[in-house]
Amino acid sequence: MRMVVDLNRCQGYAQCVPLAPEVLHLHGEEALMYDPNPDDSLRQHVLRAAASCPVQAIVVDRLDEIGKSS
Amino acid sequence: MRAELIADVVAEFKAYGRIVIVGASLAGLRAAETLRDEGFTGPLTIIGDEKQEPYDRPPLSKQVLKGLARADHTLLPRMRKVDADWRLGVAATGLDRRVKQVRLADGEQVPFDRLLIATGTRSRPWFNPQEAALEGVFTLRTADDAGRLRAALAAGPGRVLIVGAGFIGSEMASVCRELGLAVTVAERAEGPLVGALGGVIGDIAAEMQRDHGVDLRTGVSVEALEGDAQGHVRRARLSDGTTLDVDVVVASLGSIRNTEWLEGAGLASGRWGVACDAGCRVFDINGVVTDSIFVAGDIARAPHVLYDYQFLVQEHWDNADVGGRVAAHNMVSLEPQRRPHLPLPAFWSGQFGVNIKGVGVGPFADEIVITQGSVTDRRFAAAYGRNGRIVAAVTFNHGKWLEYYGALIERSAPFPPPPPGYDHPDGMQPMPARFPTPGAPTGWPDVVLTGHDPTERGAEYEYRTKKR
Ligand SMILES: Cc1cc2nc3c(=O)[nH]c(=O)nc-3n(C[C@H](O)[C@H](O)[C@H](O)COP(=O)(O)OP(=O)(O)OC[C@H]3O[C@@H](n4cnc5c(N)ncnc54)[C@H](O)[C@@H]3O)c2cc1C
Ligand code: SF4
Repeated sequence: MRMVVDLNRCQGYAQCVPLAPEVLHLHGEEALMYDPNPDDSLRQHVLRAAASCPVQAIVVDRLDEIGKSS
Repeated sequence: MRAELIADVVAEFKAYGRIVIVGASLAGLRAAETLRDEGFTGPLTIIGDEKQEPYDRPPLSKQVLKGLARADHTLLPRMRKVDADWRLGVAATGLDRRVKQVRLADGEQVPFDRLLIATGTRSRPWFNPQEAALEGVFTLRTADDAGRLRAALAAGPGRVLIVGAGFIGSEMASVCRELGLAVTVAERAEGPLVGALGGVIGDIAAEMQRDHGVDLRTGVSVEALEGDAQGHVRRARLSDGTTLDVDVVVASLGSIRNTEWLEGAGLASGRWGVACDAGCRVFDINGVVTDSIFVAGDIARAPHVLYDYQFLVQEHWDNADVGGRVAAHNMVSLEPQRRPHLPLPAFWSGQFGVNIKGVGVGPFADEIVITQGSVTDRRFAAAYGRNGRIVAAVTFNHGKWLEYYGALIERSAPFPPPPPGYDHPDGMQPMPARFPTPGAPTGWPDVVLTGHDPTERGAEYEYRTKKR
């Protein structure tokens, strides 16, 4: 799956991290690092992390709804 | 003409018009998605000279170089189907406005009713082509670049030389140290990041680099690269007479705007990009606004109300993400519904474990004041001022306060601003921000005010390679 974190919006409070620790972690005090291409099996974790973000900085693809094509 | 007539034209355009987007990256993709979101059902063609579908660049200098993500694993998330005719791997080579066609490298002509220019920038190559061709010499802009550079770093080179200490150069130096590699950073200016943030912050950034074991050389330029018999780079000669043994050299010298394909089209395009109004509509060479050609992202240059209406270029993610959406909206909207794209410039950069974030246009300022936190702890906020008003702010590991400063900048509030929070440093005296004087040998920041002239006759830029 594909994701980006809009790091302009991200406040670095890390609420999201425990919900998808395989994908998100803090680098230093407040710089969020993420895997831009997590395994599909982690989709539920990532979606929960995205939902937990108070500023909606986590953008997850909708490929499962729209299919692979363009 | 009756109002409904125009409305009919727009409705018909939304149903049957032909839209072409040139540049298949962040701005182009978000524009395409917005066009469909807003009910555009006509044929949509997306032309991109890279083979990959749109991908995200910021992770390239961070996660990818560090080895946390593969170079081909940063494809942008898709928000919806765009039902486009994707022409990937083929460049646009010309624009004929008379017949409204984009010419492609393979000779094809693609007709359009409305066009979005989103061709962004590319990295400025090493100035000497023979030296640039040496194995081990890199630039970083594309996923392919990142893949090659990652492989070179993973091979454990003896010493890495990074030429240019802007944001990307500094991020790369940080990754090299995290990988345990010896790294030298050579910068012509007095410190890292000074083009974007000035000398006061540059001093702090320099300390950060040295504390992390970077061999930082400021006030010098790299004059020549030398290869071995196999054509692999091995030595660099610096302007201060010293030489360095190096196995990898990364030229991080800023960018060049991809406007060449527009030559002869009669648009206000040039080395600073393509001039447009606040609604992303492109100006022609006489400063007359076009109604069928729009521009967004790194290549767009628009007057900004907060900065004396000077044309502003912004090579930032945010500007491409939002700019693409606004341009698309305006392409399919009636005049009263059109929106401006006047974002406060905003950026982030992760380096040496510190999260650096900023808003506004630093180089517009002449003064700076540390308003919160502690510089020695590298956890602070600073505000920039000009003529008694706040025009920019930067935070080091203090990002949560940035919004506060952004709101002040949007109101042109007085400088120095009243600091929020409780962690006020002693003194808080404004001091000169120490931005390089125009023409000084320094890298260009990625947000630049480029004057008032849409055709840029007033904007001067000479890249200085060697002599100071
Ligand atoms: C390594 C790196 C790290 C970055 N980190 C950050 C960061 O931390 N924070 C931040 O805010 N920003 C960052 N940026 C900047 C951000 O990535 C850009 O602002 C953004 O990519 C701009 O998007 P764009 O769509 O305008 O242009 P681009 O991404 O440059 O895309 C333009 C596309 O058009 C194509 N093209 C060019 N000419 C033609 C032609 N004639 N025909 C067809 N196609 C053409 C190009 O090949 C390219 O694919 C970084 C950039 C890089 C390279
Ligand atoms: S929850 Fe949102 S704002 Fe907080 S760290 Fe995660 S992405 Fe950033």
